[in-house]
Amino acid sequence: MLLPRGDAGVTAGVEAQMAGTMTKTDDGGGSSSAGSGRSRPSMKSVLIWTAVALVGAVCWGVLAIARGETISALWLLFAALSSYAIAYRFYSRFITYKVLRADDRRATPAERLENGVDFDVTDRRVLFGHHFAAIAGAGPLVGPVLAAQMGYLPGTIWIVVGVIFAGAVQDLTVMFFSMRRNGKSLGQMIREEIGLVGGIAALIAVFAIMIIILAVLALIVVNALAESPWGVFSIALTIPIALFMGLYLRVLRPGRVLEATGIGVALLLMAIVGGGWIQDTALGETLTLSKEWLVLALVVYGFIASVLPVWLLLTPRDYLSTFMKIGVILLLAVSLIVARPVIQAPAVSDFALEGTGPVFAGSLFPFVFITIACGALSGFHALISSGTTPKMVAKESQVRLIGYGGMLMESFVAISALIAAVVIDQGLYFAMNSPMGATGGTAESAATFVQGLGFDTTAQSIAAASAAVQEDSLVSRTGGAPALAVGLAQIFSQAFGGGGQAFWYHFAIMFEALFILTAVDAGTRVGRFMLQDTIGNVWKKFGDLSWRPGNIIASAIVVGLWGSVLYIGVTDPLGGVNQLFPLFGIANQLLAAIALTLVTVLLIKHGKLRYAWVTAIPLVWDLIVTMTASYQKVFSDNPAIGYFAQRTRYADAQAAGELLAPAQDQAQMDQVIFNSTLNGILQSFFAVLVIVVVVHAAVVIAKAIRSGGLPTTEEPAVESKLVEPAGLFPTAEEKRAMAERDQLVGAGAGRSEAEQK
Amino acid sequence: MTAPLTRAWQGVRWYLKEFTGEARWDDYLAHCAEHGHTPMSRREFERKRADAAEANPMSRCC
Repeated sequence: MLLPRGDAGVTAGVEAQMAGTMTKTDDGGGSSSAGSGRSRPSMKSVLIWTAVALVGAVCWGVLAIARGETISALWLLFAALSSYAIAYRFYSRFITYKVLRADDRRATPAERLENGVDFDVTDRRVLFGHHFAAIAGAGPLVGPVLAAQMGYLPGTIWIVVGVIFAGAVQDLTVMFFSMRRNGKSLGQMIREEIGLVGGIAALIAVFAIMIIILAVLALIVVNALAESPWGVFSIALTIPIALFMGLYLRVLRPGRVLEATGIGVALLLMAIVGGGWIQDTALGETLTLSKEWLVLALVVYGFIASVLPVWLLLTPRDYLSTFMKIGVILLLAVSLIVARPVIQAPAVSDFALEGTGPVFAGSLFPFVFITIACGALSGFHALISSGTTPKMVAKESQVRLIGYGGMLMESFVAISALIAAVVIDQGLYFAMNSPMGATGGTAESAATFVQGLGFDTTAQSIAAASAAVQEDSLVSRTGGAPALAVGLAQIFSQAFGGGGQAFWYHFAIMFEALFILTAVDAGTRVGRFMLQDTIGNVWKKFGDLSWRPGNIIASAIVVGLWGSVLYIGVTDPLGGVNQLFPLFGIANQLLAAIALTLVTVLLIKHGKLRYAWVTAIPLVWDLIVTMTASYQKVFSDNPAIGYFAQRTRYADAQAAGELLAPAQDQAQMDQVIFNSTLNGILQSFFAVLVIVVVVHAAVVIAKAIRSGGLPTTEEPAVESKLVEPAGLFPTAEEKRAMAERDQLVGAGAGRSEAEQK
Repeated sequence: MTAPLTRAWQGVRWYLKEFTGEARWDDYLAHCAEHGHTPMSRREFERKRADAAEANPMSRCC
């Protein structure tokens, strides 16, 4: 298990009871109980945590001193796991009880406003699962794969340190503050706590960033499925499978989700196997689609999916995707332990320092921290941590498990993906992840290219790797998903024996595409709601969500926006992933900057200036990273990095009547010029929006510091009647309290049964 | 010997039913029994739940 068992909650639970103050003005100097009531840690607890710390220290030590020799990937895994355990046990507890002062005597919105729809008291373990399924998708799987071009160490350090001090802190604090405000959304909180202009800037930023994220996610699917009849076949079949499940749940046997999902997963596995049979038939030929056709297919699909009722497609697909997600993560954790793969990548590659890597341009700082967003720090999580999840939390202290713990779990997924990318042959890694313009597209030209990078990979071995997974070619399959799939296929077939690389490869492609399509469906729908809501302020009718034409127009706009960015990426002569992934990473982390700004403002408004560093340090770091990256992407005079420098270079060449590789004709020259201009403008636009939010926040912060705090929109405290444990495992004291509660309630209370098992 | 296994299985079943929302129907029946209401049909109940989901999209991250 990822979360520390030990007695993580023993003292925490007790402290929660004591630390709680029912007054709103916490932290007023003489507030007493917080520290004084702490019970002394038991001998067992001291021993366990010393052991965990030792394991962590040894693993990090091995990673630090290993140079030149090959080491097992398990060192990476255990360095991460022990760091997570310690961070959860100590740092998240400090934030929850000392900084935020979660108070279990205060009723949560779920308890106060329970309506069985969105406000709904939910078991902490169930909500942990829901929240994790909502935050984790393809992002933590692909970012680390791309960042592996810099070696395994920079990515690992950023994933682990980033999640502990930034990503998980953001998720936890946003969730807590939203919970104290009846589950208000990020945008609403910014409008009310920072101001209208900041709120509008944040709203536009959220919408624009969502479009970029959807386009890049779709781009990854397109790159993984192009010219791959096996992949297209199994992904296409997920649609009829989901429709069947939807009808099953609606008409045949309403509500039997487990049955329907069981059938769905079985059909899905058959679809993967079936893909292998059809790929050499006439059907396979029909399903060998170019990237352009796939874009069209995705756009049409995205539009239809977002206007269909959710029960027909979205909900059943979500069940499939969630179960696959959890199944694959468990499978991967077990396989890593069994297969014990060996790391092939260097600790820090030359590209990290020189910034000349073919996968994405730019040096270690700031670009590793941009490329790995999900898994370390993901602003998009702030949208989920505000709104949906906080309306379902049973007890305040549970935000520690759900917010902080959920993000640690995503970080674990990211580390696993990084491992998959660094255990494959590194020549193959670069042949797969470098754009077509660099590799030339054939096994021979790709071999020449990677030999030029200093690897002794041959054309034969690249062709053999393609043949092993039964793909025509693996050259320039950019986007991270195919490279991850090759890595997973290697790990799974090592762990389970018996080869089956082709099956595992397409299994991995299928689940990545499944996550992404679910995110695209849901994202399009959320974008549609946002658009209808916003335009509804000026045109009332359009804001009516049950007005069909409004739905259709708004869906078409959202799909049209991400579809055009997708098309631009797919046809980009310089490689869509190379050009767009930095934009995606920066956008996601600019959103994180907005979220961290909000929580920092709130801490200071609540009079907790002395604890504001908890969110201010990750905020400042994130601003340094994103602003440096934005600055370089806009102003760098290196055409490989700066969008406008790239534009100038191609425009000058065009004016001189020349062609610049990889463009093959004047039309492609035009395309490069147009795309670089557009990307540069988008990049500047996002950065300016964030600066607007931060500047407005700074004014509020200055005011709040001067007056030692400011009133906020926090809901007044109401006494809680619920008895629920704070952590994953109930403490002895909590068990006693629950037993008492069950006696009072008597038999028949559905929720209490769970605790008795 | 089998008791821990049975308990583990029941735990998994409980979790899956809660996680997928299947348990909501059982909760509803229990609620009706407690308050002496006549429950609606399961079909009707699940439709109401689906309609609520329609108005309240769950965002999915990357």
